[in-house]
Amino acid sequence: MSSAKNININLKIWRQKNAKAKGSMETYKLDNVSTASSFLEMLDQLNEQLINDKKEPVAFDHDCREGICGMCSLYINGRAHGPDTGTTTCQLHMRKFNDGDTIFIEPWRSKAFPVVKDLVVDRSAFDRIQQAGGFVSVNTSGRTMDANAIPIPKEDADKSFMAAACIGCGACVATCKNGSAMLFVGAKVSQYALLPQGKVEATQRVLNMVRQMDEEGFGNCTNTGACEVECPKGISLENIARMNREYLKASLK
Amino acid sequence: MAKSALLKSSIAKKYWMAFTGLFLCLFLAGHLAGNLQLLVPNNALNFNKYALFMTTNPAVKILSYVTYLSILFHAVDGFLLTYQNIKARPVGYAKSNPSANSSFSSRNMAVLGTLILVFIVTHMVNFWAKMHFDQNIPLQTITVEVMGQKQELYLMTNDGYMATSQVAKTKEEAAKSGAQVYIKNRTEFYNTQADVKVGEGYKDLYKITVAFFKDPKYGLIATILYVVAMGVLAFHLLHGFQSAFQSIGLNSSTWIPKIKLFGKLFAIIVPILFAIIPVYIHFILK
Repeated sequence: MSSAKNININLKIWRQKNAKAKGSMETYKLDNVSTASSFLEMLDQLNEQLINDKKEPVAFDHDCREGICGMCSLYINGRAHGPDTGTTTCQLHMRKFNDGDTIFIEPWRSKAFPVVKDLVVDRSAFDRIQQAGGFVSVNTSGRTMDANAIPIPKEDADKSFMAAACIGCGACVATCKNGSAMLFVGAKVSQYALLPQGKVEATQRVLNMVRQMDEEGFGNCTNTGACEVECPKGISLENIARMNREYLKASLK
Repeated sequence: MAKSALLKSSIAKKYWMAFTGLFLCLFLAGHLAGNLQLLVPNNALNFNKYALFMTTNPAVKILSYVTYLSILFHAVDGFLLTYQNIKARPVGYAKSNPSANSSFSSRNMAVLGTLILVFIVTHMVNFWAKMHFDQNIPLQTITVEVMGQKQELYLMTNDGYMATSQVAKTKEEAAKSGAQVYIKNRTEFYNTQADVKVGEGYKDLYKITVAFFKDPKYGLIATILYVVAMGVLAFHLLHGFQSAFQSIGLNSSTWIPKIKLFGKLFAIIVPILFAIIPVYIHFILK
């Protein structure tokens, strides 16, 4: 870490007391931020400063800080998960910023993701979509078949696995100009649609998940492709096309 | 459930947008083929014959109604989508950087589409409405020299001719001037005495078009606005064409690059060819 240095930055952060309160962008100055620290460590440092100043720390979501749990969010300088591609906010490092930079930090903006406090949003809409059909029924009577006993073409298995890489962080919704959740739902539908285990509930799955998605108030997809670019897990637009196909098939049944 | 979903759900709206959009692309190609005849020298009669066919052939008529419906559906669906999409993000971002992840066209389809709708309405007022409703629509004539004297003749659909000097615009005018023939129902030639139809003229859409773009007062601005509208169309198609295939679920690694390339070429070539026509009429055609 010999190349690490300390930088001074300005932060513009969305502060909102609770779900009902009216929020606003507040400005903070933070000195001596190591470029070796992660973005979330920088926010920890800011919060220590705020606590020392007897001020309310900034609430933000985080959990594993390893880029796999999907808990962190943040719209940083106009980009979901910040300037890097294929990276969650927790894996973004301060070496991507320069001394004297002003960094905008905002919560995901979507009607379906209401702000709980500051930078924390309620993403339970995703859970409800998942509950509407993102599962397979497995016989657990004790005579459960070994999953690997069913032959699956390698290409399908790979595509399914790539769709399953979605961590449900919501960056697709945050970055989409329409606030659409189709990349998320497309990934969840595809992950099962590609496997024989998912075929049993295929028709109801796509209909129910899309219905739930619409009910949650997400916008409509217009194929701008922003979601694919900003997705930290590189979920492909191909999954949305697959969902469109599955939906057409299911609707005509 | 499935039936109502095919009308209302977010994905169903995509299908409608895609199918109507692709149909309208076909329409554009057909319309362009017709318009390009305007570039052929001394082609007024053929162009007017084509216009007559396009407004009277039953199969074309059905297609034209499908086109009107497609435009309407595409526009209404688009407005609905845009309205819902704006509602889906009640609080916007203080700072956003959309050019980092999406194209200009894809982000401005609604604005581009609205401009195209305005163009379609004015375009239909300028040409389509004249063709369908203008009571004083000019009919196709030719000028011939008979024994050193120039004479203007109406060309008729039965390949006959009739001197314009012998044809009155209305029955009343015929009574005054003593003309043998008068024009009824915009295009039909009637014998004054027997009051029977003796033939039919060609609506001179060629003349209307040339006069429109050569108008000394408004011709230049009309030409410029037409070219601008085609630019808008190009940007709309640049996203729209390939997007339609994604919407109907076609996204395979073998086909998508080909569709994208074809879409790009279509989006650039078709509007350019459309735009060349008024430019040719205004600046080059004698």
